[in-house]
Amino acid sequence: MRRWIVLVVMLIVMVGLTIWTTSVGDIGIFHAFTYADIFTHTKDHLIMVFWAVLIAVIVGVPLGTLVTRPGFSRISPLVLGGANIGQSIPSLAIIAIMATLPFSLFFFDFGFNRETAIVALFIYGLLPIVRNSYASMNNINPALIESARGMGMTRWQIIRKIELPLAMPVIMTGIRVSTVITVGTAELAVLVGGKGLGTITFTGVFAREVLLIIQGAAPTAFLAVSLGIILESIEKWITPRGMKIKVKNS
Amino acid sequence: MIKLEKVTKVYADGTKAVDEMSFEVDQGELCVFLGPSGCGKTTTMKMINRLIPITGGNIYIDGVDNTKINASELRRNIGYAIQEIGLFTHMTVGQNIETVPVLKGWSKSRRRERAEELLELVRMKPSEFIDKYPNELSGGQRQRVGVARALGTDPPILLMDEPFGAIDPINRVELQSEFLKIQQKIKKTIIFVTHDIYEAIKMGDRIALMKDGKLVQYDTPANLLYRPKDEFVEGFVGADRALKGLQLLRVKEVMTGTYATAKMGEKTEVVRERMEKEGIDWLPVVDNSGRFTGGVSISDLTGGRAKTVKDVITPSEAKSDINAVLNEALSLMLSSGLKTLPIVVEDNRLAGILTFDAIQETLHEAVKTGGTK
Repeated sequence: MRRWIVLVVMLIVMVGLTIWTTSVGDIGIFHAFTYADIFTHTKDHLIMVFWAVLIAVIVGVPLGTLVTRPGFSRISPLVLGGANIGQSIPSLAIIAIMATLPFSLFFFDFGFNRETAIVALFIYGLLPIVRNSYASMNNINPALIESARGMGMTRWQIIRKIELPLAMPVIMTGIRVSTVITVGTAELAVLVGGKGLGTITFTGVFAREVLLIIQGAAPTAFLAVSLGIILESIEKWITPRGMKIKVKNS
Repeated sequence: MIKLEKVTKVYADGTKAVDEMSFEVDQGELCVFLGPSGCGKTTTMKMINRLIPITGGNIYIDGVDNTKINASELRRNIGYAIQEIGLFTHMTVGQNIETVPVLKGWSKSRRRERAEELLELVRMKPSEFIDKYPNELSGGQRQRVGVARALGTDPPILLMDEPFGAIDPINRVELQSEFLKIQQKIKKTIIFVTHDIYEAIKMGDRIALMKDGKLVQYDTPANLLYRPKDEFVEGFVGADRALKGLQLLRVKEVMTGTYATAKMGEKTEVVRERMEKEGIDWLPVVDNSGRFTGGVSISDLTGGRAKTVKDVITPSEAKSDINAVLNEALSLMLSSGLKTLPIVVEDNRLAGILTFDAIQETLHEAVKTGGTK
C-alpha cells in the first residue's frame, strides 16, 4: 500500500514537472518544447523501446531456455556471460559503437538512424530476459518434468504445457526490468539519430538549460514508472492461480 | 504381461545399475520392487516405460518388445505415479487428472466425466475438489490425486515409484489399505517400488527383492518371510520376520469360530457353570439377535444371587472386524489387556473369538510350512 502511494506521488510529480516546464514558454534565449513536441518524442521513444524489448524477448526467452537443455548446458556460461558483458559496457559506449558500424545486417542498415539505436537498446536490455528465462526454466522441480515425461508428453509438450507456464512469472519480471532499463537508456538514442525524449533532454544539456533537461527527463521517468506498473499487473495476471496459493501442510 | 529378460543397465561411466534381471509379472498382479537404496529397483522400473534407456536385454509388454513402441505412445498407455510432489501446481486437480486423456485427444466432456469418476474412486468428492489446485490439498489428498491421474485413461499397467513415501505414517497406512481396496476393483498390473519392507509385505502379491542390481529373490511375501533364499534376504526381512508375518494374515484365518457365549437374559449361575465346565474365565455376551454387546468374566459372577447376565455385563468391550489384519487385532489385545478378543462381522454380529494361543499356533505353523497367503 505504501509502495503504491509512493508510485502515485512520483507519477503526479513527473506530470507536474512536465506541465510546469512546458508552460514556461521562453527559457532564456530558448523556447520550451510544446505538448505536440513532447507527444511526438514520447511516441518515438515508445516505438524504440517496444522494438528493442520485443526483439530481446524473441531472442532472450528461447536462448535462456535453450541453454537449460541437457545438450546445451555447457554453453550456458557463455550465453549468460555474453549477455552480462552486453550490460556491463556503459550504455553510452554501446550506442556509440553501434553508430560506427559501417555495414548492413539483415534489415538493419547501421549508421546514424533509429534502427541502430534499437539494436543497441536490444543488446543492453537482453540480459535480464536471458538471465530470468534461464534461472526460471532451470529451477523447475525435476519431479514435475519427470512425471510429465512418464505420462507420455513429448519434449515440446513439456516445454509448452509445464515449463513455460511455471516459468512465466519470473520471465515476465525479466521483461519488466528490461523494459524499465530500456526506457532510461533510450534517452541516449538521440546521439545516434534515434530521436525520442532524449532529443529534449540533450537540447537542454547542450544549451545548459536545466528546465529543458527536466522537460525531457520528467516524461521519461513517467514512462519508466508507469510501464513498470503496467507490466507488474500483467505479471500478476498471467501467474497461474495455482502458483499463488501457499502450500498447505498435510 | 510384463516380462524382463536379462535386463541390464550400464551407465556411461561404467557403473552397472541393473545386472541381467529376468522375471515376469502376471496380469492383475501387484509386484513390489524392494531393496536398499542403490539396488536398481527404480532404474528397473523406469526402463519399463523407457524413462531410462535399456542397455542390455529386453522388456516385453504383452509380448511386444517395448523398444519397438514409440516412447511417448508407450508411456501414455502405462500409468505413472510418483510422490505427491509430481502434481502440476499450475493446473487444477481436474486438469492434472486429465493430462493423459488430453494427450490422447479425448473430448472435453469425456475427460471431465473420467476425472469425476476417478475422484470418486479415490474417495474425493468431485464437486469439492475438481477445481482446486494441488497446493490447496493436504499431502494425503495430493497423493490420491496422483493415483487418480495415473489411472487417467484406464491403462492396464501402473508404475508407482514410492508413491506413499512422502506421507506421514498414519496417513500412509490408510492410503495403502485404500489403494489395496481400489486394486481389488481395478485389477491392474502394478509395479510398486519401495524400500519399506512393511509396505512391501502389505501391498505385494509378489516381491522382487533386489541387491546391487541383481534379483535376489522373487517370491510371495510369505515365502520371502518364511523361506528366505539366503542370508541377505534373511537379514533384510529382519529377525522379527514372524511378527511381520502378522500382516499377511487376516483375523478370519486365525479365529475360533464356534465358541460358548452368554445371553443377556441368562441367569448368572447357569453362565458360571458353563464357564467352569469349559475351563475358561471370560465369555462374550450377545443379545437375542446375536449382536455382540459386551463380556462377562468369572469374577463378576461370584455372588450367588439370582441375577441375570444383564446386571453384571461389562459393555462395549474392544473387538475386531473379521477382515482386519492380524497385527491390528493382536495390538488391540495387547493394549486392552484382553486375553480373548471378540470378532464381529457387519452389524456387530459375533463371529468368533481370537486368542493368543491361536495366534501363536498359526505363526508357528507358518514358519514351519512356509506360510500361505
